[in-house]
Parts: sequence; C-alpha cells; structure tokens
Amino acid sequence: MIEVILKKRRGAFTLDVAFQMGADAAAGSAAAGSIAAGSATAASVATGSAVAPSSGVIALFGPSGCGKTTTVHAIAGLLRPDAGIVRVGGATLFDSTRGIDVPAERRRIGYVFQDARLFPHLDVLRNLRYGAKRAPDDGPRIAFDEVVELLGLGPLLARRPRQLSGGERQRVALGRALLCRPRVLLLDEPLASLDAARRAELLPYLERLRDRLAVPMIYVSHQFEEVLRLATHVVLLRAGRVVAQGDVAAVSLAPELRAMVGSDALGAVVEGEIETVDVAAGLARLRVGGGRLMIQADELSPGRRVRVQLLARDLILGVEPPRGLSVRNCLEGTLVHLAPDAARTHLVEVDIGGPRLIAQVTTNASAELNLGLGRRVWVLVKTVSLRGHVYPATGASSGVESSARSPEASRADETAAGARPS
Amino acid sequence: MLLSADEWEALRLSLTVALRSVAMSVPFAVAIAWLLARRRFPGRALFDAFVHLPLVLPPVAVGYVLLLLFGLHGPLGGWLARSFGIHLAFTTNGAALATAVMSFPLMVRAMRLSLESVDPGLEDAARTLGAGPLDCFATVTLPLMMPGVLAGLTTAFAAGLGEFGAVITFASNIPGETRTLPLALYTALQTPNGDAEAARLAALSFALGLAGLALSEWLARRLMRRMADPP
Repeated sequence: MIEVILKKRRGAFTLDVAFQMGADAAAGSAAAGSIAAGSATAASVATGSAVAPSSGVIALFGPSGCGKTTTVHAIAGLLRPDAGIVRVGGATLFDSTRGIDVPAERRRIGYVFQDARLFPHLDVLRNLRYGAKRAPDDGPRIAFDEVVELLGLGPLLARRPRQLSGGERQRVALGRALLCRPRVLLLDEPLASLDAARRAELLPYLERLRDRLAVPMIYVSHQFEEVLRLATHVVLLRAGRVVAQGDVAAVSLAPELRAMVGSDALGAVVEGEIETVDVAAGLARLRVGGGRLMIQADELSPGRRVRVQLLARDLILGVEPPRGLSVRNCLEGTLVHLAPDAARTHLVEVDIGGPRLIAQVTTNASAELNLGLGRRVWVLVKTVSLRGHVYPATGASSGVESSARSPEASRADETAAGARPS
Repeated sequence: MLLSADEWEALRLSLTVALRSVAMSVPFAVAIAWLLARRRFPGRALFDAFVHLPLVLPPVAVGYVLLLLFGLHGPLGGWLARSFGIHLAFTTNGAALATAVMSFPLMVRAMRLSLESVDPGLEDAARTLGAGPLDCFATVTLPLMMPGVLAGLTTAFAAGLGEFGAVITFASNIPGETRTLPLALYTALQTPNGDAEAARLAALSFALGLAGLALSEWLARRLMRRMADPP
C-alpha cells in the first residue's frame, strides 16, 4: 500500500498533493466504479480517495514545474515536506503529526533518477551491488542474476558508466534500484534524457518489470504515451496540486487532461481482452464494453488484455447504423456528454456499455446531426487509425512467472488481476 | 653531489617536518573542505576567511601567534605539556605544526575545489541506496574528490619543505631538531665562506620542489585515468 499526503511551500510554489494505491481487494471494484462513473466532470475522478491496485504503476503526470519531482523527492526522503504522511507497504516513513521522519538511507525506496546518477568511479557490477550490499535481509528478494537477465545487463557488467549509452545507463540505474529490495520504485522521467530510439528500447524493459516483479512503481512523466503504456493509476498534477486521478480509462476522459495534452492528442482509453485472432489477416478482435473492436496485431494471442487509445479526432459519429463502409469498427452507444471545445468543435462523450469514448466533431456537424444528450449514436473508427495506439495492458496473462518473487507477491498479483473489471 | 652530515640532517628534517605537517592537517582539511563546500551555516564567510588567513599573513606573525598559544606558558601549550607531556615550541613537532598551519589553506583549497565538482546528486543516490552519511562520504564523496585530496596533499607537502618564517619564529633554528633545509640555507648564507654550502642546499631545494610537483602531477594523472575509460 502506498499513501502519500504532502504539503510543501517553496517560495511562491506550493505543493499540496494526496494520492494512494491500496492493497485491498476493493482495488479492482473501485477502478471499475471509476470507469462506470467516469463522466467528463471533474468530481468523478478528482477525488483523493481513488484507489489503485497494489502492485501496479502510479503515474504522476503533468507539465514541467508542476511538482512531480518535488513529490518523489519527498517520498524518497531527500526533501522534507512541511507536513504530510508517507506510508509504503505498512511502514510509516514520514508523518509530521507523529514526528516521524525516516532518513532517506533507511526508507528503502528505489529511486531511478532522470540522469541515472551511476557512480562514475565504480564499474557496472559494483554499481549494481552498491544498494544490494546495504539492503537488510528481509522482505521479497530479487535475485541478482534475475535482474541482470531481466534488464539485459550481462554484457555491461565490467564497463564503467562513461562507456554506456544513455539507455544502458538507465537500465543499470533500474537494476541498481531494484537490487536494494525497495518497497517501491520511483522512476523520475527515466526516459526524458533519451532520444526516441533509446526510449523505444527502454520502454519494453519497464513493461517487463511491471509485469514480472511485485514491486509497485511511481512513474513520473510528462509524456502521456508513457503513461498509457505503463500506468495502472494516474495522478494528474498541475501547479503543485492533484487536479484529477483515477485509472487510465477514467483519467483519459478528464477535462483536466485535455487542458494538458491538447485536443489533438486527446483520446479515450479502453481496455479489453482479445477474443479471436485472424493470423492470416493480421487482425485481432477485442471486446470493448458492449461492442467489438478490430485491431491490427501480429503478436497478440486470445486472452491477452490490451489497452487501446481512440483519438478523439479519428472517430466518426453516425446517428443511424451505417452501411456500405470500409470501416471495420462500429460501436453503438449513448451520447452522455456534449461540450463545445476550442476551434469550433464539439467534444462528444459516448457510453458504449461501460467504457466511454470521446469524439471530436465540428460544431457544424454536431448541429446538422442534431446531437443531444441521450441520443443513440454509432461510433466509427478505422482499424488503421488505431495502429500505434494499442498497448499491452498491465498484468498481462502471458507475463512469465518469476522464480524469485515471494509467494505473497504472487498472491497480491492474482488478487489484482482477478478483481480487474472486464 | 656530496652532502655533509649537517646537510643530510637538514634534508631529513625537512622531509620529516613536511610529512608530519601533512599527516596532522589532512583530517582537518577534509572536514573543513566538506564544511565549506557542502554546508551553509551562519558565519561561513568569516570562517572561510579565517581558514585562508595564513596565505596573506606574514609567516612570522603566524609563528608568533603559535608561540603565544602553544608556548610553554601559552594556554594550549601549557595544557598540552601538563596533561600529555607534549612540548611543541622549539621541537620538530612544533616545526611541523607551524608548517601545517601555513600550508593548511593550500590543502583545503584543493580539496574544496574537487569536492565542489562532485555532483551532490550522486550522494542523494547513495543515500536512497541505503548509505548513511558517513558511508556515503567514504564510498562516494571521498573517492570522487580523491584527485583534489592528493593534489592538496602533495602541494602542501612540497610547500612544507620550504616553510621558513613560521618555523623559525615558533620552533627556532636548532640543528638536528628544527633546522630544516631553508633554515640551513639561511644559516649558511649568514656564515662566512658558507657560499658553497648555500649553493648546494639551494640546488637541493630546487630538486626537491621539482620532484614534489612531478610526483603530484603523476598521481593526479594516474587517478584521472583510473576514473576514466580503461584503455
């Protein structure tokens, strides 16, 4: 369980955040509830009581200067908040009312810094061992060999940090943090200092860690795509405050997110299980709410959960069942929200039997179709336009069982997966 | 070049005094360099100026102050003599103390510069990995500031070989006890027909100084290479 409440004043900047990730079985149902209630109003997602699954990824998302790094610094104990509480996995690391302030070196928080911060005077092996040597002998153990294998560090062990590429450095930093047996892993924009190619190289490693290890993560980013790929729970920060939080699907509809990413990058996120795969056609069929979605996919097998972002600008709305079109995907639903947007467009939210989609249509079209609340609509989306917007979902069933994880951790994972809304 | 017994004695004393002075001041220099580079406290600027004072004071004045403090009737000297039987004034150790005080700013300066170039972020990283303050200093900060420590050490040693004013004031010019190379050289110059000896001692001082500087350069390079990519 992770519980964070922080208040910190620094000159003109005030940080005031609260979020938590709970260990109980209610996690899944709370997430389900936030999907069902996930209208585009702030109230439904902006509450501080939203609870995320136990060993997942909390993403702290927001523009630079919104307080993300200050927040993780305070969690790690590198910065002392004026007031608040930091609890991780049953241990209270900071509590201003009870006068508890565990020093950073005893918090056991694996911090992966944006700039890796490997020790330049030690080779990779000794960098990796630095935290491991100092870790107490309790709690879940992650074997050295497993970390090396997981992160592909074998060929790097004898090298010095200076001889590593940016991506390799971050992998070593990840391994070093994992080997100190952390209660939680803090990742402060680990991809920000990398170019697109290195980023693409590192992301799969992060997904592997998320799916195969029982260590919860707090992932700081200002790239929503990274959040889409990794997060189970999203906390939106702006100017030192939490403006919305919830699961990815709920937050993808939040108006606060719209303000941050812009309407071009705006799109509802839906999660679903692959039902069938047509290998010859390279297509997979996905159940989403009451409908089906065809996606292009080569490496997907039935039963796998995936997350799909449907960009608002790619969606077509019909007020009657369409016929004679090449479009593969047609999802029937009810119009539940309609709001004018900038640039003479309307944002239309459609409930498709649980999940919601958001479509951007011109004001002109909106008027011509006479769109209004409660209207029956058909949402069309080209399979081709979903290319590049499909991500393997958290806790994917194909995740290889790790030999080194503790039994409790495995159980916690099962609970989280079993309670997942479908 | 053949040296007389007295000249060998002066050389040996110079090396002893310089070595002891460095040994005395290293722990303090590291601590003060760390304090000045990493801590903010009231009176820090004043403290900084105080540490650097020997650089700008006449060495004789420093020797005089030491004599007042550490002389047999001085507050510190009296206490040391009564409690531990340690006598500093007019002894080799006294010469080492005077030398240490004079070269202290050089040592602190080199260490502090080096320490300031160590990224505090690395210390933060060490702490999140479970290293307490001392552990972190010993395993991250100190190895990374090592070039500065060695530079400070060798510079202070080389400078210590030639310390004159403070030594002669505080420890006097006693053959076999405090008559180091520069003092012997000065004595030779004051002696009729001492020119040849003075020349030999001066040449010796030159050689020692050069050797010291070369050694410090070599050490620094070696260390830098160890930090950087192996070939």
